[in-house]
Amino acid sequence: MAVGQREVPRAAVVTRRGSSGLLAYVRTEQARYGYFFILPTLLYFCVFVAFPLVFAFYLSFHNWNPLSDQRTFVGLDNYAELLRSESFIGSVTNTIVFTVGVIGLTVVFSLLLASTLNQGLRGTGLFRGIFYSPVVTSFVATGLVWLWLLDPGYGVVNYLLGLLGLPRPGWASDPAWAMPTVILTFAWREVGYFTIVYLAGLQGIPESLKEAARIDGANFWQVFWRITFPLLMPTTLFVMVLGLIRATQISFGLIYVMTGGGPVGATDVIVLHLYQQAFEFFRMGYASAVAYVLFVVVFAATLIQFRVLGRRTEF
Amino acid sequence: MAVLGLSRRQRHLAWQALLYVVLSAASLVVLLPYIWMVSTSLKPSAEVFTSVPHFIPQSPRWQNYLDVLRTYQVGQWLINSFIVSSIEAAGVVSTSILAGYAFGRLRFWGRDAIFFMYLGAMMVPIQVTLIPSFLIVGWLGWIDTYEGLVVPRIVAFFGVFLMRQFFLNFPSELEDAAFIDGSSRWRALWQIVLPLSMPAVAALSIFSFTAAWNDFLWPLVVVNSEEMKTVQLGLSSMKGELSDWSLIMAGATLSALPLLLLYLVLQQYFVRGVVMSGLKG
Repeated sequence: MAVGQREVPRAAVVTRRGSSGLLAYVRTEQARYGYFFILPTLLYFCVFVAFPLVFAFYLSFHNWNPLSDQRTFVGLDNYAELLRSESFIGSVTNTIVFTVGVIGLTVVFSLLLASTLNQGLRGTGLFRGIFYSPVVTSFVATGLVWLWLLDPGYGVVNYLLGLLGLPRPGWASDPAWAMPTVILTFAWREVGYFTIVYLAGLQGIPESLKEAARIDGANFWQVFWRITFPLLMPTTLFVMVLGLIRATQISFGLIYVMTGGGPVGATDVIVLHLYQQAFEFFRMGYASAVAYVLFVVVFAATLIQFRVLGRRTEF
Repeated sequence: MAVLGLSRRQRHLAWQALLYVVLSAASLVVLLPYIWMVSTSLKPSAEVFTSVPHFIPQSPRWQNYLDVLRTYQVGQWLINSFIVSSIEAAGVVSTSILAGYAFGRLRFWGRDAIFFMYLGAMMVPIQVTLIPSFLIVGWLGWIDTYEGLVVPRIVAFFGVFLMRQFFLNFPSELEDAAFIDGSSRWRALWQIVLPLSMPAVAALSIFSFTAAWNDFLWPLVVVNSEEMKTVQLGLSSMKGELSDWSLIMAGATLSALPLLLLYLVLQQYFVRGVVMSGLKG
């Protein structure tokens, strides 16, 4: 029993651990599976996100042409060069014009279409299905089809404009019209996507709020501007944040196919500039600096959107 | 209640008519490019460049499709796109299920910090990681291969996020019952949780397949040869070489058709993906 007596305090510990023993078992079981389950994504994160982030930053301080394999440290020269470079400044301006144009058109038209779809008309499902369909089509195919529709000589659009006696622009081949051309084409595809987003947002607004306003004598526009639009602010914020990211980053394929950045640099946006520097001129260091500037600018713009619009979502 | 001499009912009808006009006009703007694409793809070259365009080809030329398949390796491009998109989608879905389950239902040290890093990864523009990813693929000797096309796109942190949100809201009672019956976590995931997660899994599968099918920048960087081109890459290269719009439009039709057909059949899953991605977070 001496042994047993000596065991008492230990037994107490064991019992205390016993109730938490199950907990400990559950914890290790969960941890084991947890780490096992995140292993593939964590590996990917290290190889294709963390390392590239660090390495691109490192490269941005070097001059490096992978063909010659000469890597020289140049400090901040790449950043200094791009801030002085007229073609880079031009691509930043073009990116801003493109983004503002696309987001403006997208917000107006997707809100209009979503509000119309939300009236409970018959056939809503069919129209919704039609509006979303461009999202399924690639930017390359979209760009090519619109390039053909907007062909200055034989395109349908200029034919119709001619019938109406309106001027027939040179669209993608005219430096003054190239930017509107890519904005319109990109927005054509984006509106379908964001209509669905706005529709989901609209359906989240309780009908009783609008009904109450109507009973108080508010007309259609008053209900929209005073009730619907303010309550949609979180959706609009989402649309603008995502729209900014999409317009600055995934517009590459469409612009590459439609204009290749031209004519005379009229549609040369940052992502195109970066691609050319890296994969046509093999200036990996300079292109990495461009990438980091893009990153910082988009990040800052997103934060500003959250500050400005985010504040207005709370009442 | 007479405004403009109209009764309330007449005003209601006029309002509805106006809404239908808006919807029909928008539908026309959306559908017209598709109709024009298919119509041009069936025109003999003489009909393509005419001063008065016809929407219906006067003598439809199905031969255009054979021509485009013979002149270019469109068949091979479609097969490549199909292989790459299927493997990518399978990879994204399986890694997202596992990680989403871990983040949504398991507790382990560092979980929230790692999840936060993944969220951060979603905010990094593709362009920032593009050059190093290209270099890694080069070091591995994967330039111009399926591995090179697929592996750097095999995980999507957006998918992890989506599945986590789904598993967070998944009732735990069902799983607990399975554990009491002595089931392992692995089996519970496969036999209880997954079968009930099919709507989310289907939406994510379709979303990642579509994204892979339509991807352009990464194939452009990794692929050098005609045989390895994806359909988007091949299509874009057609434009540079010729201005025979009937052949380009035939190629565009072939590239868009698989997803448009899939969309026609599985529309609800396409749309659900948007709604889940957009508003649950």
